[in-house]
Amino acid sequence: MGSVFQCMDALRDRGQCALIPFITAGDPDLETTAKALQLLDQNGADLIELGVPYSDPLADGPVIQAAATRALQNGTRLEQVLDVVKSVSPTLKAPIILFTYYNPILNRGIETFLQQIAEVGVKGLVVPDLPLEEIEGLLKPAAEIGIDVTLLVAPTSPKARIEAIAANSQGFIYLVSVTGVTGIRTQVGARVQDLLTELRGITDKPVGVGFGISQPGQAKQVREWGADAVIVGSAFVKRLAEGDPTQGLQAIETFCRSLKMAITD
Amino acid sequence: MTHTPLSPSQSSSQSSSSNVPADFLTQRPDPLGRFGRFGGKYVPETLMPALSELETAFYQYRDEPEFQQELQGLMRDYVGRPSPLYFAERLTQHYARPDGSGAQIYLKREDLNHTGAHKINNALGQVLLAKRMGKQRVIAETGAGQHGVATATVCARFGLECIIYMGVHDMERQALNVFRMRLMGAEVRPVEAGTGTLKDATSEAIRDWVTNVESTHYILGSVAGPHPYPMIVRDFQAVIGEETRGQCQEKWGGLPDILLACVGGGSNAIGLFHEFVPEQTVRMIGIEAAGEGVESDKHAATLTRGRIGVLHGAMSFLLQDDDGQVIEAHSVSAGLDYPGVGPEHSYFKESGRAEYYSITDRQALDALQLLSRLEGIIPALETAHAIAYLDTLCPQLTGNPTLVINCSGRGDKDVHTVAKFLDLS
Repeated sequence: MGSVFQCMDALRDRGQCALIPFITAGDPDLETTAKALQLLDQNGADLIELGVPYSDPLADGPVIQAAATRALQNGTRLEQVLDVVKSVSPTLKAPIILFTYYNPILNRGIETFLQQIAEVGVKGLVVPDLPLEEIEGLLKPAAEIGIDVTLLVAPTSPKARIEAIAANSQGFIYLVSVTGVTGIRTQVGARVQDLLTELRGITDKPVGVGFGISQPGQAKQVREWGADAVIVGSAFVKRLAEGDPTQGLQAIETFCRSLKMAITD
Repeated sequence: MTHTPLSPSQSSSQSSSSNVPADFLTQRPDPLGRFGRFGGKYVPETLMPALSELETAFYQYRDEPEFQQELQGLMRDYVGRPSPLYFAERLTQHYARPDGSGAQIYLKREDLNHTGAHKINNALGQVLLAKRMGKQRVIAETGAGQHGVATATVCARFGLECIIYMGVHDMERQALNVFRMRLMGAEVRPVEAGTGTLKDATSEAIRDWVTNVESTHYILGSVAGPHPYPMIVRDFQAVIGEETRGQCQEKWGGLPDILLACVGGGSNAIGLFHEFVPEQTVRMIGIEAAGEGVESDKHAATLTRGRIGVLHGAMSFLLQDDDGQVIEAHSVSAGLDYPGVGPEHSYFKESGRAEYYSITDRQALDALQLLSRLEGIIPALETAHAIAYLDTLCPQLTGNPTLVINCSGRGDKDVHTVAKFLDLS
């Protein structure tokens, strides 16, 4: 299992669009999280974003908020999330990207945190409340330890910012498809197409599109607009939480396959 | 006196022996929005351009004569400023030593402002910014409801759509303020997430802003949140200290010796302190909510018990567990029930420029009754925390120091809570 960038780059060389599912660790429980990671890996996920549950998820809509609350109520702790990654990651083809808010990182200390996640096999990091201005203290130690820190571009980002974000982002560039929080939406913002074109003119790094993509048709659309990766979160989290864990796992397996099919020629 | 709410503070010349750190006298925050290592902007990328836009607008308009004229006219005729500096004679007597000496206690009567608290100072300033930025929709968070009421008020006054996020728990204990907001045409959206208090209402307001940022101005009510909010809210609240300076000069021809204010996020305290920060003789004391005691797990004493963390876009002291999860705060006072605190207070605490202590629910309720009976002033439960610290402070003082307490709000909104508590105990 290589780095996030190597994985994205290899797929691009083969003319493929990456599928990146997101699930919240510890929802409904960590055992299910471990199984889900394997199932996603076996059913079309090229990379997997694993959300660390947080008490105040500012960038998340109701579905992922509720999942984080459930996970925390179950007593999920970062230590245990890392244990799950440690036990599962050697069996996965897909690199794991940790999605976490900044405070849990700060709380451990940046270097300790990076060391711990690298040791268990995490390859990438997305920190939604750490914008460009504050990223410096994380980027350098992460690069030294081999963790790709992926930065986000929003529909509201002006060109100069997009350029700076693109220059600093590692692994790929995470294009937020909506002016808003994560969640299920019926349409993908038309601005995504323009932003993808704009990004193409600025950088040759891969671009992944996320926030609001919940259906195979939307994934296909985003791929046709030229995305190198499609990130789907709330739609997975919602399916995994419905019914008992067995039903949830079945549901995400089917869903993952249908998404992969939609973005494969 | 005349006051210029946003003029640079007329800091007196410092003697060469000054031991006040140099950066207290220079610009706070720095260009990245930092007060020392506190503050900054920890928000989703979507909001970054809006924060820059707000900062630019603030710098542009605050110095425009037309903006100042409109703000000061409304402060005078609509809010009722300047608020009086009232000598609390019977409270002073209550704490006097047997020989009659003791602290001379003054109340800065922010409770007499329109809508009954200091919150209107900031809401009014920000709504004038929103208007100039062409935003037709305004959102705000509220805990005690005072900031929600202030925001609903200025939105009614300027004909703007107004949505207030309020925790369900706070809506119950501050039902009167919910009614007032609705009466003025605001939509009050209940927030059920988390503990249903100010922290959760703030998160929800930020999520709304992330979603509607292009049409919406977020009137944040405290000196918390991402830069430039701690600076903007402080500068609009600084009128409290600026007036106080003039009033002290008028009454005794000098500076106050001690400033005392309650701290939740910390806007009324910063409002009183800001003018006096470079005056090293002026002692500044902030009082947090100890809830059921700082040794219990039910308190909101962030500066006393917190560790450095990031909440709602700023680095500051924070109540958090050893995994970095934010802990629920507790206080009988909805306005202090917040696990974070404004970054400038963290800076003042760490540098020693201000002192911070905490007061329990029980002590605050006693102080609320004390002020009601001695002065005929029913303070807000938040304010009562500052009053309650007199019990500790006064016996430690010598001579007849002048002490100004920010009487930040009136207590009408709290009578149900107080009645319930007193019946139970």
